[in-house]
Amino acid sequence: MGTNSLYGPLDPASDAGYTDAPPRMGFFTDTSVCIGCKACEVACKEWNAVPDDGFTLLGHSYDNTGGLSADSWRHVAFIEQPAASSVDALAVAAGGPATPDFRWLMMSNVCKHCTHAGCLDVCPTGALFRTEFGTVVVQEDICNGCGYCVPACPYGVIDQRKGDGRAWKCTMCYDRIGDGLTPACAQACPTQSIQYGELDELRERARERVAKVEGARLYGHDPDDGVGGDGAFFLLLDEPEVYGLPPDPIVTTRDLPAMWKRAGLAGLAMAAAVAVSFLGGNR
Amino acid sequence: MKDRAMVPPAEFRSYYGRPIVRPAVWHHDIAAYLFTGGLAAGSALLAAGGDATNRPALRRAGRLTALGALGASTYFLVNDLGRPERFHHMLRVAKLTSPMSVGTWILSAFGGAAGVAAGAEILRWPRIGAAGGYAAAALAPALATYTAVLLADTATPSWHAAYPELPFVFAGSALASGAGVGLIAAPHTQTAPARTMAVLGAAMELYGAHRVETTKGILSEPYAQGRPGKLLRAGRTLTILGVAGALLGRRSRVVSALSGASLLAASLATRFGIFDGGIASAKDPKYTVVPQRERLRTRDGTNVETSP
Repeated sequence: MGTNSLYGPLDPASDAGYTDAPPRMGFFTDTSVCIGCKACEVACKEWNAVPDDGFTLLGHSYDNTGGLSADSWRHVAFIEQPAASSVDALAVAAGGPATPDFRWLMMSNVCKHCTHAGCLDVCPTGALFRTEFGTVVVQEDICNGCGYCVPACPYGVIDQRKGDGRAWKCTMCYDRIGDGLTPACAQACPTQSIQYGELDELRERARERVAKVEGARLYGHDPDDGVGGDGAFFLLLDEPEVYGLPPDPIVTTRDLPAMWKRAGLAGLAMAAAVAVSFLGGNR
Repeated sequence: MKDRAMVPPAEFRSYYGRPIVRPAVWHHDIAAYLFTGGLAAGSALLAAGGDATNRPALRRAGRLTALGALGASTYFLVNDLGRPERFHHMLRVAKLTSPMSVGTWILSAFGGAAGVAAGAEILRWPRIGAAGGYAAAALAPALATYTAVLLADTATPSWHAAYPELPFVFAGSALASGAGVGLIAAPHTQTAPARTMAVLGAAMELYGAHRVETTKGILSEPYAQGRPGKLLRAGRTLTILGVAGALLGRRSRVVSALSGASLLAASLATRFGIFDGGIASAKDPKYTVVPQRERLRTRDGTNVETSP
């Protein structure tokens, strides 16, 4: 373990012990060009043989998936909002061209493959591991379904599959990228909303893109954030929580040394209490 | 004891009100284990104290309870796994970043020691019993407190926020439940240390729980409302009753035993209350979004994105 192993900027593959690791790979999901076709959801299910997650009508716009789960490794969110631009409203009032009175935000969510992955940190069996590409993958032959990774994820991504018992999530198509192929979701995306590539290059591309799109912001791109930067990051058009993302995620294990200290203190207090009880006077 | 609402009703945005972090998929097996693990630790400490100060009834009850509670713990832990037949995969690594891995090794070592102590108690081998008993007692504080780190080391908002005090709640709860065993099982000539243990354990537990329930802002809320609130209030009442009985009922075997039972019930209620409070905090996106927004606002004024 290095000095930043629990928190702070870091190259995850070399921290995990890889000596000649390839460049870190990632996803840049540009929601400004997402058209909500859900090809990513379908391609992911097809390639990874992810089982059916039920047929439910949620009433959440066009979203009947609901969110990421053990059986949905890509999830397209649909948000209908009143249009934000007051300038356009004035133009309409003045008899200008009609503009839509609402806007539709669409976003394909996925596992973030965090630099500091809470799920990986807390996994007690070693089933979750860091790949040479810097991604985080569950080994299905090792996972014993203890479920600890599920509440440890600050994004609520990884999940236990009912009837199977093990934890499942996006692998960034580990079986494809090792052969130089593009992950299924990015391959299927018709608008290049999902872009796959070397993380450094994607970050550069995102910096250029965010400067060109009005009201856009990047999410998960910063190596100085609470998870050391995400391997899968986003360009968003509204606040993260509107898309179901946490506004300021911090990996829980950042505080682990402090937690063990408090536990040690409580343990000492416990031992002292017993000593006092048995040695302090004999009634 | 009613606290005024210090936090104004929170305004926040979300995706159709859906949760952001995922609630733990653990069943109440794990809440039950929090109790039985603590009981095993408290009983092992009681037994070691009884052995050291020549109080055989405390030693005997403590050792046997520790082994019984350990057996129950093992059942609960294995039963909660998605793949119980793979429980031994826990033993293929030792990982310091995983409180569950650390706990597995603590529990395994404790189990060996407690098993030797209880076996020697039944076979009347005092030297081996002492070795096992003291080894179990040495591991007991770790067994009682690591579970607090286990819950706190998650993104579950109200568990994580409680990390400074949770180990004291669990340590105190474990002491009180161990003391409860002594009060039930031993004649009044031997129970004096168990009474002190009950008072000290209850004090730790009540102090810690009070801090968790009052100092975490909006994240204290889940511990005050609904079922978790009822359980924690029940735990507090039962703890106070148990301590009162332990102090006032010295001469009565019946009152002592009832006090002990009350302390055990209190520990059980407190563990379930803490468990359920965390789950409730994960199910409502408010407890994820509002504190994180607050954190962004206070961190610095420069790169903050505020609502229109």
